[in-house]
Amino acid sequence: MSKLNLSKTWNYAAATESTNHILLKEKYDLFINGEFVKSNSKKYFDTINPATDEVIAKISEANKKDIDLAVKSAKIAFRRWSKLKAKERGKYIFRIARMIQERAKEFAVIESMDGGKPIRESRDVDIPLAANHFFYYAGWADKLEYAFPNKTPKPLGVAGQIIPWNFPLLMAAWKIAPAIACGNTVVLKPAETTSLTALKLAEIIQESGLPKGVVNIVTGAGNTGAEIVNHPDIDKIAFTGSTNVGKLIQKSISGTKKKSTLELGGKGANIIFEDAAIDQAVEGIVNAIFFNQGHVCCAGSRLFVQESVANIVIEKLKDRMSSLIVGNPLDKNTDIGAINSKEQLATINKYIKIGQEEGGEIYQSKCSISKKGNWCPPTLFLNVSQSHTIVQEEIFGPVLAIQTFRTIDEVIEKANNTPFGLSAGVWTEKGSKIFKLTQELNAGVVWANTYNKFDPTSPFGGFKESGFGREGGLHGLKAYLKFE
Amino acid sequence: MSFPDLLKIPKIDKLGVQEIVNRFCKRSIKTSAKKHGLHLALSMIDLTTLEGKDTTDKVRRLCYKASHLHNSLQGLPNVAAVCVYPTLVRVAKKELEGTKINVASVATAFPSGQSTLDVKLSDTKFAVNEGADEVDMVISRGKFLAGEYNFVYDEIAAVKEACGKAHLKVILETGELDTLDNVRKASDIAIYAGADFIKTSTGKISPAATMPVTFVMLNAIKDYYKKTGIKIGMKPAGGISTAKIALQYLVMLNETLGYDWMNKDLFRFGASSLANDVLMQLQKQESGYYQSLDYFSKD
Repeated sequence: MSKLNLSKTWNYAAATESTNHILLKEKYDLFINGEFVKSNSKKYFDTINPATDEVIAKISEANKKDIDLAVKSAKIAFRRWSKLKAKERGKYIFRIARMIQERAKEFAVIESMDGGKPIRESRDVDIPLAANHFFYYAGWADKLEYAFPNKTPKPLGVAGQIIPWNFPLLMAAWKIAPAIACGNTVVLKPAETTSLTALKLAEIIQESGLPKGVVNIVTGAGNTGAEIVNHPDIDKIAFTGSTNVGKLIQKSISGTKKKSTLELGGKGANIIFEDAAIDQAVEGIVNAIFFNQGHVCCAGSRLFVQESVANIVIEKLKDRMSSLIVGNPLDKNTDIGAINSKEQLATINKYIKIGQEEGGEIYQSKCSISKKGNWCPPTLFLNVSQSHTIVQEEIFGPVLAIQTFRTIDEVIEKANNTPFGLSAGVWTEKGSKIFKLTQELNAGVVWANTYNKFDPTSPFGGFKESGFGREGGLHGLKAYLKFE
Repeated sequence: MSFPDLLKIPKIDKLGVQEIVNRFCKRSIKTSAKKHGLHLALSMIDLTTLEGKDTTDKVRRLCYKASHLHNSLQGLPNVAAVCVYPTLVRVAKKELEGTKINVASVATAFPSGQSTLDVKLSDTKFAVNEGADEVDMVISRGKFLAGEYNFVYDEIAAVKEACGKAHLKVILETGELDTLDNVRKASDIAIYAGADFIKTSTGKISPAATMPVTFVMLNAIKDYYKKTGIKIGMKPAGGISTAKIALQYLVMLNETLGYDWMNKDLFRFGASSLANDVLMQLQKQESGYYQSLDYFSKD
């Protein structure tokens, strides 16, 4: 096959998004009871730009006493908030949504600086979707009786919410919007590597005039999270993160009355049939695994290609990978940004090493990578099987394991042969095949002829070790209500 | 040359195509990259006049413009070609003598293609004899939509033969083909039948060139190149009137076919008003401010 010359191409000059317009403090304190307060631990940790290794700001570390205060303020606020006219609750949430839209650019830049994701994604996906979640659930606030007819929906109380670092603001929106729309109050902890946009959201919440204590945002690492999980006055835990931590949370809350929803890891199967629109499927593979550097719980990290088209799909995928631009997250032309943290990079590299040691055939696209910061080129593994570690375990990075299949039953069996069950993708021009797979795949989301599409109206969640409970849509309300 | 295997022609997902096209449109082309892109776009233009009211004088003026784009800017490339009806080829050829600008002629009962093969072949031969370096033919869309693919293939092959040394661009008139699957099928038929270039539109039907259509055609070119090592050119025509759109097309080309196609031998813009907008942008790159369009000659 003749080779395309995609590497020596027209180089786009730097088109860096300006950072002049953003306002960042040197130090961020905890947002408790409507005020920014110093933590009792008096400790601060650095939040680092993963593309440059520079310290962007110092973040306060909350300890047990701080969590006590936050939960107490949420508990007190719950009394009035849950009794406030639902229409009024909705108005506050609408206001927050609008304020996010107004400051979308600032949020996008901070999200990219703090988390390493390309500005193209934070600008076009993270921030607009976060605002949309607030808009969507604001609309439900005064319609809960219609959402659940003949039942009397009541809020649960104080929700402890712990979110991951891959979509910091978006996850905060997923958690906060339905919780407060249903009349609950919230203690939310962002991930320690990406606290900034949640704290900027706290500023918006403060400006919006939302009653004090309805939303409290506390920062810190795992220990801080454990304090939230174990606090006796928490009525509900909503967690998005790794399966290991999810299991720990379940252990800690067993025997208590705490309700929970867990959205955990995944190892999504992306299935390409020979009758698919091949060029668009190749683009779909790229979106499925390289979106957000592969830091996506529902990433299509296992690719299954029907044998008759395997060669052509892999050839086209390699071509496409060579035109992806890896680099400065703030450059508007960047496709793949920086790996979120040194720890995560080490994890990814560990798996890449294991993949090679176990005999996988590695392919990485060439890209010039700066010495500072955390980077990982888009990576493929060929010649792997269900028995390879990199096919079984979640890597959470831009690493794709490719297998082939012959028949539809074979691919269904392989796709379901994993402890996870979060997502899958099906690529075929044949409608009946899509329906067969959506029925038989054990996954919370199955995308047909697309991948990684999100919408506030659509429920999201997993089976098996990918967790339980749904976020988004009508189902997302249910997780924050009890029915009497 | 052989008839393409219709069973192996890849299917096209319209939404997927739209999605990646949107992604190309979001590339931010600035400073040096922009200047390079604008120069490139200028050099790829087929300056076109295809009207019933075209006259010798009109074509002369257009040819002069083609070789004197904007005298106050230094180091500008020429456009690639001037595209006219067969009867005006001789005029254009004479005017462009001594320049490297080609003369392209439409032929084969342009724009509808509703005529017999004899007429189409003599139309083509006439244009070539008059001195046309490039021939832009139209395919028989009616026959294509009726499923008579062999007819379409044979016709293209016959015209190719009639072209002799002249380069053949095959116009698919995608605005009449209805689906992207049809665009892909027609592209493959044209390529396998011997087209040197495939071209979207006559400019007489709306929609003319669009990015999704062009993207599908670029992929047909890519697959053919991968299989045979032969490079086919691409010419979107009609509707590309601003520098911004032209740069978006170049981004798409750059990321689909890459460096080898980034020149006038393998990519053209069929456009009548694009040149002045590109010139205006180039002027702005030089001076930092926009000039009024009144400073750019219209011919």
